[in-house]
Amino acid sequence: MSWLGPEEWQAVALSFRVAICAALLSLPFGLAAAWALARGRFPGRGLFSALVHLPLVLPPVVTGYLLLLAFGPEAPAGRLLDALGLPLAFRWTGAVLAAAVMGFPLMVRAIRLSLEAVDRRLEEAAGTLGASRARTFATVTLPLIAPGLLAGLVLAFAKALGEFGATITFVANIPGETRTIASAIHAFLQAPGGETAAIRLTLVSIALSLAALLLSEWLAARMARRVGA
Amino acid sequence: MTLSVALRHRLSPAFALEVAFDAPPGVTALFGRSGAGKSSILRAVAGLIRPDEGRITVDGAPVFDSAAGIDLPPHRRRFGLVFQEPRLFPHLSVARNLRYGRRALGLPAAPAREAEIVEMLGIGALLSRRPSGLSGGEAARVAIGRALLTEPRLLMLDEPFASLDAARREEILPYLERLRDHAGLPILFVSHALPEVARLAARIVVLGDGHVLRAGPAAEMLADPEAAELLGPREAGAVLTGTVGATAEDGLTEVHLPGGTLHLPGVTAGEGARIPVRIAASDVILALEPPRGLSALNMLRCRVASLHRGKGPGVMVGLTCGPDALLARVTARSAEAMGLAEGLEVTAIVKSVAIGPADLGGG
Repeated sequence: MSWLGPEEWQAVALSFRVAICAALLSLPFGLAAAWALARGRFPGRGLFSALVHLPLVLPPVVTGYLLLLAFGPEAPAGRLLDALGLPLAFRWTGAVLAAAVMGFPLMVRAIRLSLEAVDRRLEEAAGTLGASRARTFATVTLPLIAPGLLAGLVLAFAKALGEFGATITFVANIPGETRTIASAIHAFLQAPGGETAAIRLTLVSIALSLAALLLSEWLAARMARRVGA
Repeated sequence: MTLSVALRHRLSPAFALEVAFDAPPGVTALFGRSGAGKSSILRAVAGLIRPDEGRITVDGAPVFDSAAGIDLPPHRRRFGLVFQEPRLFPHLSVARNLRYGRRALGLPAAPAREAEIVEMLGIGALLSRRPSGLSGGEAARVAIGRALLTEPRLLMLDEPFASLDAARREEILPYLERLRDHAGLPILFVSHALPEVARLAARIVVLGDGHVLRAGPAAEMLADPEAAELLGPREAGAVLTGTVGATAEDGLTEVHLPGGTLHLPGVTAGEGARIPVRIAASDVILALEPPRGLSALNMLRCRVASLHRGKGPGVMVGLTCGPDALLARVTARSAEAMGLAEGLEVTAIVKSVAIGPADLGGG
């Protein structure tokens, strides 16, 4: 990709890093939230569901601003993380958090649907065969929802690649630190003569999204065959 | 090893389970119409539902005791349960399905035991296959093998034939007979089909509306006119044990009973074998005198032991034929016309072709 300038190349690499981290980071939380929604019976379940899905409907700039209020340099949570060596505000790590939050509802939804499709009678059978709950989860439930986990990962990854509003509000648009593909396109369009660079990044963006979707389709089909679905 | 069950459980506002019974080694059948609570009992014994109150013990050791606050989770009870549907894990091969329980329990691999069970169930050719490619009968056999390989203290079968057609049923029954004869563990078997129960069970517990209506040894229950009413008068029939004799050229085999000799088609056991023969009460005709010029070959001299008038037009007649007990179902009108009474000598006539392969044990 020598036709990409160094600044553009930087944005592509950063986007990749942010999207992969965001997808992987949200996976355990997404699984836990999906489990609570699919299987849990607890007071406040409706409110919990609404909170999980909130980033889907809130203006991204609101989500970004809320993140800034919670994790900004002046906020207690932000100061705490800073002291622990994980500063978020105006850093690429903050971009990961913003992307993870924005993709979270999509990931939870994909995993929850696959959990709801699991035949619970198989889990009962595992119990009568001597498997504890934890073992049943690891050896029966998890393999059966693997396609859903994968779909959730890909959705979160794709959403993170395209995330713009919350990211730019929370961590701004700093070249090399928080300037992802979307932020870079925005910056190029603001500057005179930046249109060709913007178009190049647009093409990269399309290619990446398409590749991610095709890969997930292929992996999902393979896994579905493996679990006999 | 004996399982004792005593439990009370409200399944719905309108339906409560209240049962107490024992299952000693051998096959105990829980028999009753659908909705009688049979499957719920198995689920409670397995630990999949928690009864409102009661006690479930194995040789006195409780796996559930509401008073003492004991409720072992299913994986710590070591009871095998074969569900109505095979419930094989779709993401594992047949071989890995079979080994699933041993690995979960941390038992060492047992190639010899595995080979024995695979051989007994005839599933050797399926080991590398996926469950999705198996027929109903094959999957049912794998499910039985999977439960057996966990070395359970008790094996429970919940209508293992419910989803199978008659041919597949015939395919499984011999395996279950072998299991009963060789596995040496208590088997609790749920069914609403009397022929299967008669063929497999040593004890029968009759359930109705969540209660035990009657319980006792199968041979007694099946030949008892009063119990027959509960088991279903259309299907009721005694099980006799006979010795296989010579097979004639026309395919009929002599089966010697103490009270006489039957000539039966479709006997597969070899000469000299002892086999159970189920004779449905509705296939038995009674005559006061030994008749002549009749096409039926099978006649037994019997004595009327008891009579039971049911709700319908039929009368269930308990007969003793030598040491054997037989059951006949006749109309109340005939019973009256013949003057049937306890102690009367009669001839029981059984039509050979009425006894099918399903009524004959494999021996």
